[in-house]
Amino acid sequence: MTNQLLRTPLFESYKEYGGKTIDFGGWELPVQFSSIKAEHEAVRTKAGLFDVSHMGEVFVSGSGALDYLQKLVTNDVSKLKIGQAQYTVMCNEQGGTIDDFLIYKLEEERYLLVVNASNIEKDVAWMEKQQTDNVVIDNQSSNYALLALQGPVAESVLQKLTKESLEEIKFFRFKEHVQVGGEDVLVSRTGYTGENGFEIYGTPEAIQNLWSKVLQEGKEEGVVPAGLGARDTLRFEAGLPLYGQELREDISPLEAGLGFVVKVNKEEDFIGKDILVKQKAQGVERKLVGLEMIDKGIPRTGYKVFDGDKEIGEVTTGTQSPTLKKNIGFALLSTEFTELGTEVEVEIRTKRLKARVIATPFYKRS
Amino acid sequence: MSTPKDLRYSEEHEWVKEEDGKYRIGITHFAQSELGDIVFVELPQVGDQLKSDEPFGSVESVKTVSELYAPLTGKVVEVNENLEDSPELVNESPYEGAWMVVVEIDNKAELDELMTAEQYEEMTAE
Repeated sequence: MTNQLLRTPLFESYKEYGGKTIDFGGWELPVQFSSIKAEHEAVRTKAGLFDVSHMGEVFVSGSGALDYLQKLVTNDVSKLKIGQAQYTVMCNEQGGTIDDFLIYKLEEERYLLVVNASNIEKDVAWMEKQQTDNVVIDNQSSNYALLALQGPVAESVLQKLTKESLEEIKFFRFKEHVQVGGEDVLVSRTGYTGENGFEIYGTPEAIQNLWSKVLQEGKEEGVVPAGLGARDTLRFEAGLPLYGQELREDISPLEAGLGFVVKVNKEEDFIGKDILVKQKAQGVERKLVGLEMIDKGIPRTGYKVFDGDKEIGEVTTGTQSPTLKKNIGFALLSTEFTELGTEVEVEIRTKRLKARVIATPFYKRS
Repeated sequence: MSTPKDLRYSEEHEWVKEEDGKYRIGITHFAQSELGDIVFVELPQVGDQLKSDEPFGSVESVKTVSELYAPLTGKVVEVNENLEDSPELVNESPYEGAWMVVVEIDNKAELDELMTAEQYEEMTAE
């Protein structure tokens, strides 16, 4: 790609901490600072600080906002109270996944959607196409920066920088206008690592300032800057899907195991409902499962999976799990091969290597 | 880490060391540092034939798979079995503990195509 890569407001800070950047869907982002394994381990045992400012922030407001969102996404947005966040997907008419994201209810008629960086333009175009009366869609992605502080010591470290009682922000809850390290930010107890932690939204200046403050304040407790490499292995172990791999426009949320966000019984019709209702009733033809290699080899995105000579699906993500030290993956397989314990073969370069279907998530925090 | 002066280097970031008419092969410090944490190494077997510039195995980090390209043509006479259980040696000791194979070569002229330490450093300098 010859296009100029996009950068977050924290780009200039990466070097200071040894960050090594790569092209991540058009963004020049740090894949690691020290090493993926070391950062992964730090998040599981202490904490890591991630720059995820590339994520998109789209505000939806107006008297028609709730009805509009109910039509747009599969989860039941009417259940959201102010100060709560909800995970959902947005489907096309075929029940395929356009994106997965969090919706924050900021005010009675004002919501914030935090979408995947690579999907911002596509999502906004789709949202505008579906726009109804009395709804304002406002893409503020470039005016917001975002940090994720994740790990067992995340709370005690962040608490040192604010008078707000973080204990009172429960899981999937958030608070606006929290003063952290002298900056006015939105603090949300959410994340993408399987650990306790927070996501902190603010202006580019506020987030630049907090990046160094959090690292400084957390140094003694073991907080390290962490890159997208560790973010990927952490979310993978925790069983969380990555858009573009486990979720795509040709993969339904039910196939991806996200039935809990598809509320076919909510009052309003939503895009993709007919097909998703059918899939729920009749079952899906393929399903996302966990795989563990029996033979020596590491499954990787796009590797084909076989039962004898028959191709039955493909690996969507795979690596050697840094926590479990096992070679594991997610694979989208024909439903008849998705029972736990089923043996299949993964084609790794020229060889077919044995693997077994195992339960997900691979890792659960104790 | 400095680039050992007594080794020769390929454009694909392998090093070659002559030992009593045989050649020991591994990957460079630069290569392991670009790859990051190595978690898996796949090597040929004793008796396998390597062909210059063609893949003879692979090295996998947490994030990616990278093929190993043979710097020389020849027969594998020794394989480093330690890398099967301790792939992290590639990060820790790329020029010593993490040698990969030893080959008997067919064509000594291929050695002339390899770089000196100075040339390799120049190639990998930013």
